[in-house]
Amino acid sequence: MLIRRPPDIPASEITGESLYQNRRAWLSTAGVTLAGLALPARARAWGGDDKLTPYDVVTTYNNYDEFGTGKDEPAKHAGGLKTKPWMVTVEGDVKKKGSIYLDDLLKGIPLVDRTYRMRCVEAWSMVIPWNGIMLGDLIRKLEPGTKAKYVEFTTLLDPKQMPGQESGVLGWPYVEALRIDEAMHPLALLTTGVYGKPLPNQNGAPIRLTVPWKYGFKGGKSIVRIRFLETQPRTTWNIAAPQEYGFLGNVNPNVSHPRWTQKEERRLGEFFKRPTLMFNGYADQVGQLYTGLDLKANF
Amino acid sequence: MTDGQVVRKILKPLVWIGCLAPAAWLVRGIVIGDLGADPVKTLTHTTGLSALTILLVTLGVTPVRRLLSRPSLVLLRRPLGLFAWSYAVVHFLIYAVFDHRLSVPEISEDVAKHPWVLVGFSALLLLTTLAVTSPAAAIRRLGARRWNRLHRLVYLAATLVILHFLWLVKRDVTEPVRYGVILGVLLLARAIPALVRSRRAGGAAAEAS
Repeated sequence: MLIRRPPDIPASEITGESLYQNRRAWLSTAGVTLAGLALPARARAWGGDDKLTPYDVVTTYNNYDEFGTGKDEPAKHAGGLKTKPWMVTVEGDVKKKGSIYLDDLLKGIPLVDRTYRMRCVEAWSMVIPWNGIMLGDLIRKLEPGTKAKYVEFTTLLDPKQMPGQESGVLGWPYVEALRIDEAMHPLALLTTGVYGKPLPNQNGAPIRLTVPWKYGFKGGKSIVRIRFLETQPRTTWNIAAPQEYGFLGNVNPNVSHPRWTQKEERRLGEFFKRPTLMFNGYADQVGQLYTGLDLKANF
Repeated sequence: MTDGQVVRKILKPLVWIGCLAPAAWLVRGIVIGDLGADPVKTLTHTTGLSALTILLVTLGVTPVRRLLSRPSLVLLRRPLGLFAWSYAVVHFLIYAVFDHRLSVPEISEDVAKHPWVLVGFSALLLLTTLAVTSPAAAIRRLGARRWNRLHRLVYLAATLVILHFLWLVKRDVTEPVRYGVILGVLLLARAIPALVRSRRAGGAAAEAS
């Protein structure tokens, strides 16, 4: 039997029907099992309590500095962001270049529902049911060239709509990037919704990057440009504090942030901390992307 | 009413009410379960910020007392200082219990490894020294001169608290810088008169010779 699934995880909790229907397509391309997409059994065995973070917490406790650095500020100040119509520009070593409406960009790509842990570099975490597409599906549709080794995602730059960009807290616009093999991994998503509802502005509407084995700062929000590059681009937090934020940004309990440990995290709503898992608990799925790489040097 | 009576009967109760207000707000939040998405962070941040704010008010007593020529205001300094210290203790306990389950090895490692924890912890030790030497009996035992010199450590403690705050924020330093500027003004409010006094004393000495 090709598809194995640990009996303790109800399929309904981990994958949406649309993904399940398409399983053969990505199984063949990515070579991972369906079980690989679940919250791994190991994490559940630890406490069996990867409970969903409530919707109102997911949508009112945000790091989105374009709308202010307080956790509650994005929910207060993001209301003015106009997300329809939304244009995305595709550039670099890719066949389907140009500016395109978001709806057209996503046309024909199957929607998926995924529940992922989200681990912030500040040592707190959530469990979020996302809706979106697999990033790999979009990349295949755009047909990158052989020189495309990195994919870069740029957030909207518009201080009129994003008051936080008036401040010099970070260099704007916010830029994040992945290696192309990371971007093609079936766990990497571009998300357009949470809890089955359209993504609220404070969560990165209309489309954001969601990479569950990396710290939250890797998830660029309100994306307006996707570039395919041969060389590794500089990313916003890495420019701001290179000793604190690496390019990879993989969740790793063994590599401390210079100012605090990453061994443990606080699940929002809980009082005591819990151990942080390697690659945020997705080591079985993504570990092979980093075989032979010194993760202490490449953090 | 004399100045002393105003301080004792009106200002002191106000200090108590003001200083207990953040604690009351937190207790209310715990009881009705309304401390936000990350309750521990709310507890830590609120107690830390209250400790710093009250510490700055404590440091403001002497300049204001001199400015208004109201010496009896000094009576407010000890309760304010003790409230600041109490919030710092609770701040530390929340950290010790919820971040480290009271594990001494874990806390020691955190203090040793992370400068911002180290400066915060040092500030707590300094404030504790000042708190235990705050009763009148301790002043008598130490002698006013030595006691005064010892309690100048409060400037160092406040500076360490600002550093602690500066080093813990991720990127946006607006808030700690704001508190740092207030501390700077308060320190200058002492340093400048002291400088003027010593100049005058020096000038008088030069004239005399």
